Order: sequence, then C-alpha cells, then structure tokens
Amino acid sequence: MKASYLGIVLGIFTVAAIAAPVGAHHGTASFDTSKDLTLKGTVTDWIWANPHCFLKFDAMDETGTVRNWAVEVSNPTDMTKRGWARSSFKVGDAVTVNLQPVKNGAPIGRLRSVTLPDGSTLTAMGPAPAAAAPAP
Amino acid sequence: MKPILAVALLVAVSASAVARAQEWNRAGLSDGALTASKASAAPAPKRDLTGIWDAGGQGIAGPGHESAPWTDWAKQKAASFRPGNGPRAVYENDINDPLSTVCDPTGFPRQVLYETRPFQIVQTPTQVLILYMFEKRWRVVWTDGRALPKDPDPRWYGYSVGHWEDDDTFVVNTIGTDERTWLDNSGNPHSADLKVEERYHRVNHDLMELTVTLDDPKAYTRPWMPRNRMPLALAPANFDMMEMICSPTEVMDFRKNISERTNNK
Repeated sequence: MKASYLGIVLGIFTVAAIAAPVGAHHGTASFDTSKDLTLKGTVTDWIWANPHCFLKFDAMDETGTVRNWAVEVSNPTDMTKRGWARSSFKVGDAVTVNLQPVKNGAPIGRLRSVTLPDGSTLTAMGPAPAAAAPAP
Repeated sequence: MKPILAVALLVAVSASAVARAQEWNRAGLSDGALTASKASAAPAPKRDLTGIWDAGGQGIAGPGHESAPWTDWAKQKAASFRPGNGPRAVYENDINDPLSTVCDPTGFPRQVLYETRPFQIVQTPTQVLILYMFEKRWRVVWTDGRALPKDPDPRWYGYSVGHWEDDDTFVVNTIGTDERTWLDNSGNPHSADLKVEERYHRVNHDLMELTVTLDDPKAYTRPWMPRNRMPLALAPANFDMMEMICSPTEVMDFRKNISERTNNK
C-alpha cells in the first residue's frame, strides 16, 4: 500500500507542475514549442538581468558550423527560486543545453535545462525544485 | 504512512527549508510556506498587517486576467496595445507593453494584479505604507480619515485611502490612476475613471487574503474581480527582499540579443 500513497504524493507534485506559473513577461508565440534541441557548447556569456536572464554559448550544428546561441530563461528572482545564481556559469564552461528554438531558424531560444561541467543540472521550466537554496 | 501524514510531512519539510534559508536577497516564499500559513493556529493581531507578505507563485499572473467585457471605449483604447500574453499575444519583438519594453512604471492597479511579488506593509498613525519588491516602489494609503480628492490629476499609483472594516479587514479605495498603464500582460486597458477596492483580510497570524475589485464603467461593462481571496503568507522577520527593477540598459541589451532576433518576418 505504501507505493500507492507515494503515488498520491507524486500526483500532488504533478498537479503543482501543471499549475506552475510562467514568470516570463511574454508568451510563447515566437518559439517553436514542438521542437526539442539538445546542444553541447561552450559558454561565451551569462547575463543575470531583467526582464530575462540569458545564456550565450557556441555550439556546432549538424552541418559542422559553429553558431553563437542566445537562450533566455526567466528573471533573476524566478531563477533564484530555482537555485540559479549570478555565478551559475563562467565563460568557457562546457555545458549541454536543452532548448526550444525560435520559429525563424535563428540561434535563439528558450532554455529548458542545462547540464553544468560538474554534471549537475539546472532546470528553467516546469516545477521549481523543492530544495532550491539560493547562493549567498 | 497515511496520505494526510505524507502531505503534512511534505509541508513540514518545505516549511523548515524556508526557515533555514539565507537571510540575504530572498526571492520569495515557497508554496510550502503558503500551505503552512493556511494551517497556522496562531490568531491574527488586531488591526495590524505589519510584515512582509508573499503569494508565492500565485501573485505572478503572467498570462494576464480574463476581464469583464470591454466597452467600445476600451476597444479603441487598447487597439494600439500589443501584449506578450493572452488572446492578443504578438511575437516577442512586436510587444509594446510599456512596462517590459521601456520600463514605464508598473503603476496601479497593475502592481497588485501582475507581479505581486513579496511586499512589506508598514503602519504609522496616519498611513499604511506598502513597499513592493517588484520595481522597488511604494504606495501611501492614508488612514487619517481624509476623503479621496475631487477630480485629481492622474498619478501612476493613484490616490489611496484606507479604513478598517473590522479588526481583521483593511479596505483600500483608490482613484486618480494613469490610463497609460495596462492592467496586466494581456493588455487589458483601464480609464482614468477607474475605482479600485482592495480588501486585505487577515485570516490568522500567518495568512492574509487579498481581493481586488475594479469598477470602471468607461472601460468595462460591469465591475470585475481579478483577485479573489488570493492567499499571502507572512514571511519570517529576517526576510531580505531581492531587488527586482526594470533597467532600460538591461532591457536594451535583452532586446538586442534576443527580442530583435525572434522576428518571423
């Protein structure tokens, strides 16, 4: 029976995930929400600012061309709640970025999640991790 | 473990995580703190809203509100509004929301309808001051018995007077708002004739509910209530709010790097 109780608790989390607000100042009209792109790249800049933080990184596409991507997340307040910080990235970091690109084919998008050099992952969409403790 | 115990444990773990959290630069309370506040047994102090309050994620209302029907005046007024959310949302580079694109003041009542992040209430003998984390702005609510001004000049944050309806309910009435401000992210307009009523009802020591009613016959065919008993939890006394400010420099940087490159034209 224990497992079913766990199911109830997970169910609550799932409901919370669906109900989780999007803190963004704009909707998704520009983005191709059906696309799911994962790129390995090198961080060139990390902007911790309103209205949206964004990460810039160089990544090679399927044709062997390196492009500089700029992918947005929410604002510093919302990202702090998720455990992100001004110090989350430094230039030169090797990262794996999962993103939703814009419809027009430019190297722009919304970041879903990113794996850091130490193997840990930060998420930018869906439910905020429960134990997100912001860095001092 | 019974389900109710599992949920209680979950709440307790979330609440203790809040209690352990750092004292500097807090972004807001977790939804666990909100749940815990609803279960608080401590009674509310009388005629006292002092403290920092947060609605957790519920205060954000990013997609905007479903409003009462617009009048023809409202349709004309909002014809030039190009919002980033709601049924009339446009591509990112086409948005002309005066708040997010040029950092005009959020204004009132958008301040309590959109990014209702943590805010602090300070009470003096003649005023209730509301200090907002979002944009780091404040409002003065006069409680010295004065009436609202007659035919006031518009202000971004209007003119507000407040009174205690009972020991637990503080009612604020506001007029004189500036019709350049939108009500929300979906580009709902308002006129300078707008009358706003905010009801802050303290349920217990740790929980307060906010109800906002808008009466603007020039723009809407009937009064409507974008906030209906929105719960707000009391933050710990050592809670240090983050800054959350719209900087034109930062917005221009964001537009250059992201918005202007999202065009589908």
